Amino acid sequence: MPFALTAEREKQVEALLTRYPNARAALIPVLWVCQRQHGWISPAVRDWVAQRLDLSTATVTGVVTFYTMFFDKPVGEHVIWVCRTLSCDLRGGKAIQEHLEQRLGCHAGGTSTDGKFTLMKAECLAACGQAPMVQIDDDYHENLTLEGLDQILDSVGAAPAEEA
Amino acid sequence: MVADYEPILSSRYGVPDAHRLAVAERNGAYATAKKALLTMRPDAIKEEVKKASLRGRGGAGFPAGIKWGFLNPKEGDDIYLVINGDESEPGTFKDRTLLNLDPHRLIEGALITCWAIGAHKAYIYIRGELAHSIAILDAALDEARAKGYVGARPFGKNYPIEIFSHPGAGAYICGEETALLNSLEGRRGEPRLKPPFPAIKGAFGMPTIVNNVETISAVPDIIRMGGETWCNLSRLAPRDGGVRLYGISGHVKKPGVYEAPVGITLRELIDDYGGGMLHDDRPLKAVIPGGSSTPVLRPDRMVEAEAEDHPLHEWHGKSEIDVPMGVDTFRALGTMLGTCCAIVMDSSVNMVDAARNLMRFYRHESCGQCTPCREGSGWLQNTLEEVCEGRGRPEDVALLVDIANNMMGNTICAFAEGTAMPMLGMIQQFHQEFVDAAAAGLPEGYRHDDSTRAGLAGDPADAVADGASTDDTSTDEVTA
Repeated sequence: MPFALTAEREKQVEALLTRYPNARAALIPVLWVCQRQHGWISPAVRDWVAQRLDLSTATVTGVVTFYTMFFDKPVGEHVIWVCRTLSCDLRGGKAIQEHLEQRLGCHAGGTSTDGKFTLMKAECLAACGQAPMVQIDDDYHENLTLEGLDQILDSVGAAPAEEA
Repeated sequence: MVADYEPILSSRYGVPDAHRLAVAERNGAYATAKKALLTMRPDAIKEEVKKASLRGRGGAGFPAGIKWGFLNPKEGDDIYLVINGDESEPGTFKDRTLLNLDPHRLIEGALITCWAIGAHKAYIYIRGELAHSIAILDAALDEARAKGYVGARPFGKNYPIEIFSHPGAGAYICGEETALLNSLEGRRGEPRLKPPFPAIKGAFGMPTIVNNVETISAVPDIIRMGGETWCNLSRLAPRDGGVRLYGISGHVKKPGVYEAPVGITLRELIDDYGGGMLHDDRPLKAVIPGGSSTPVLRPDRMVEAEAEDHPLHEWHGKSEIDVPMGVDTFRALGTMLGTCCAIVMDSSVNMVDAARNLMRFYRHESCGQCTPCREGSGWLQNTLEEVCEGRGRPEDVALLVDIANNMMGNTICAFAEGTAMPMLGMIQQFHQEFVDAAAAGLPEGYRHDDSTRAGLAGDPADAVADGASTDDTSTDEVTA
């Protein structure tokens, strides 16, 4: 199915294009606008962006695949990034990941069976003083305990963990 | 702790709603930019920044005033200011506090800098993960635009300045200045061959100055106080001037971001600011001084600088962590000051596993453009995985050294050095641990959250880990 932005988001794209001396420089911000609407960068999105910015689809694909935060496959309703770099790991990052895997019933890199959550391992998210931490969609959750993490998951609608 | 120290750079962190223009302005924001644009010549501003000895806060420590002097625009060139807010170096989390708590200081610094270097446009590149920081900065920019401080006539002066945020999308390498420029231009974040340096040919092929968020945020204070006065706040004046943000994470009681003069010691940072080691019975084993690319230091190693002309002679015989934290002092010590954000590790940490953790990071983040870096980072990680899992061979320690040595100096950007140097530093400082792991793997059941995991689950026996960093209300704690 062909992709199109909502009228409001199209206005955002028009504003972005005024910021730079050429259209290509708007590529990453425009991809963000598209991903916020569509959830991921599908082939149809790439075609649309390529046409809108007068680039080849291959150029757009090259950029999409370079950056970790652009999803080239569909993801769950919420994406959880668990930081596993050293400062977080010293403060229990691995335990946080294990707890998430148990609660969501999927491994890092996978999506929960109800399609609600995709769990990803992240490299340093610049919150080292508040370790351990996870990012859920746009939100940082810091200084985590397992109990605190459970409350956060409850609030975004995760199913309770199955009894072992 | 520095007695009676009044924060300068983070003076508005404790002010509620300082991200709002009206609040920031009541607390001093924009007065200096107004003065600079309306009454100072660009050369005079550049001179003050030179006198300040403002060493770049992004990691390399290059003097900002000298960098600005590299501009040599041709007729018809557009000069750009690009501000690096891609903060991604493991252990580093200071710029985020400026973006979240005091964006108007950054905008004010950008206005002054644009006027000084002859730029009409500034882009502030922020890593994509910091969606909220980008939103806060955008709102601050909107307020500054509405007030007329940013736009066609800042403070009524006929010198248009536009400032925009630009989001990244998850790539550590975009903190490298030429990778950042490619990313700004809508390309893959692959570093460019230098020369030409950005000051000659940067963003959109035009002369460009790239400075870190904290560097630009320091400019208003320098102009307000005068470069020399600001410089002399440092304990390492005149070569390394002023005040800066220090970060501390890992096994300390009060991790966070703290402002202090340039030149405090790691011991002061850990004990006085960080509140000391997390567990009283687990002493300090090692500290990575300024982001993961800076070689590790250990408290039981003494400075060897007997010769009187050695730059560290004053600290001869003292512990490595008693040397003042400065760009030049730490280089003389064989490491780097980097981003000035330390990762503290206690006696429970196995350094081979810590190295594996960091090499996973570098492998993931290598842009893949240069073979020695792409392959080298992968082989370092693979070898460490084998060693940690007990499948190592005695010769693997030498292999790690060999791979690291063959990465250095053979690539377009400094990422390979940033990978190889900490690897070599770890092996040099903790050689026996690598030899032991190569022979027998990690100790049975070892994890490097051994000293904190229980606290995470709320085990009262380990309460010190739980809550130590959460409810801190001390006034100098400036964590976002």
